[in-house]
Amino acid sequence: MSTEIEAQGKSPGAHVHTHGVRRSYLIGLGYAVVLTLASFWASSTNVIYPPGIPILLGVLAIAQMGVHLVFFLHISSAPDQTNNILALAFGIFVVGLLVFGSMIIMANLNHNMLPMDRLMHLQMQR
Amino acid sequence: MSAGEQALASGDAVPLSLRGPAPTRVIAGYGFWLFLLSDIIIFAALFAAYAVLSGETAGGPTAADLFDKKHVLIETACLLASSVTCGFGSLAVQSGDRTSTYFWMAITFILGATFLCLEVSEFGHMLSIGAGPSRSAFLSAFFTLVGTHGLHVTIGLCWLIVMLLQVATLGFPPMVSRRFFCFGLFWHALDIVWIGVFTIVYLGAHL
Repeated sequence: MSTEIEAQGKSPGAHVHTHGVRRSYLIGLGYAVVLTLASFWASSTNVIYPPGIPILLGVLAIAQMGVHLVFFLHISSAPDQTNNILALAFGIFVVGLLVFGSMIIMANLNHNMLPMDRLMHLQMQR
Repeated sequence: MSAGEQALASGDAVPLSLRGPAPTRVIAGYGFWLFLLSDIIIFAALFAAYAVLSGETAGGPTAADLFDKKHVLIETACLLASSVTCGFGSLAVQSGDRTSTYFWMAITFILGATFLCLEVSEFGHMLSIGAGPSRSAFLSAFFTLVGTHGLHVTIGLCWLIVMLLQVATLGFPPMVSRRFFCFGLFWHALDIVWIGVFTIVYLGAHL
């Protein structure tokens, strides 16, 4: 009875193979644990050239986001995922514009501002 | 399975445009994915604000003074583990297994609640030493970014309770299984945002 109802409601192609998916969660967990521990280690180590650490942390974070997308959110190049990939690409584009655009503009404004003591001096003169 | 059916199943024979409407699950997933991306864009704006303001401490405590790396590692572990148990839970939903759905989703809920308790205790500690959101621009940006993530986790936990009640009353009709699928996407996306939070806010503080 219950299986009949389920069979009616499911569209063709909706069947999912659960066994391979379980393995993909475990593989993803393995990668994610390694990358997380690596970034915690990298942030407090003396082994790495210090100015390179922020770049390393960025690379590790982006790699881990990729792992999560592929192994947990199951974003793939399958034909029924084309729209998801396109939306993701646009999302990454907007996120990049927002974050780096804001940082560049604010750094530029900061750079062009008078130092605080001279600003105070100007105000006193008036 | 005949050769024709096999070709259909593998998706080579029929071009995408001639295959008819996509399964509801794919369409619902796409719609929810668009929502998640717009949510991530909100977080991007908050990340940008934090990146700009993280040095503006107005003479108050700096990021390096406030954040404890061990605490964050435990929080990260909770959220990562809950992401995996949520994945196992959605597999149990797909196979219509009530007991293991309750089991995995209960673990997911406990891990998520543990994460939230740790975050609230951290916020409480910061407020008690006078490092509240009104202390400096840096702390305003911090509380907005991390608080918004915490709010999402809270909403996720409420959603999970509602979904478990739906399983208890309705069982596993396609509608419920689709909603669980969307919940899984939401939960995994929160974990992706957390990667950005712990890298930029907490690990970035000690550089």
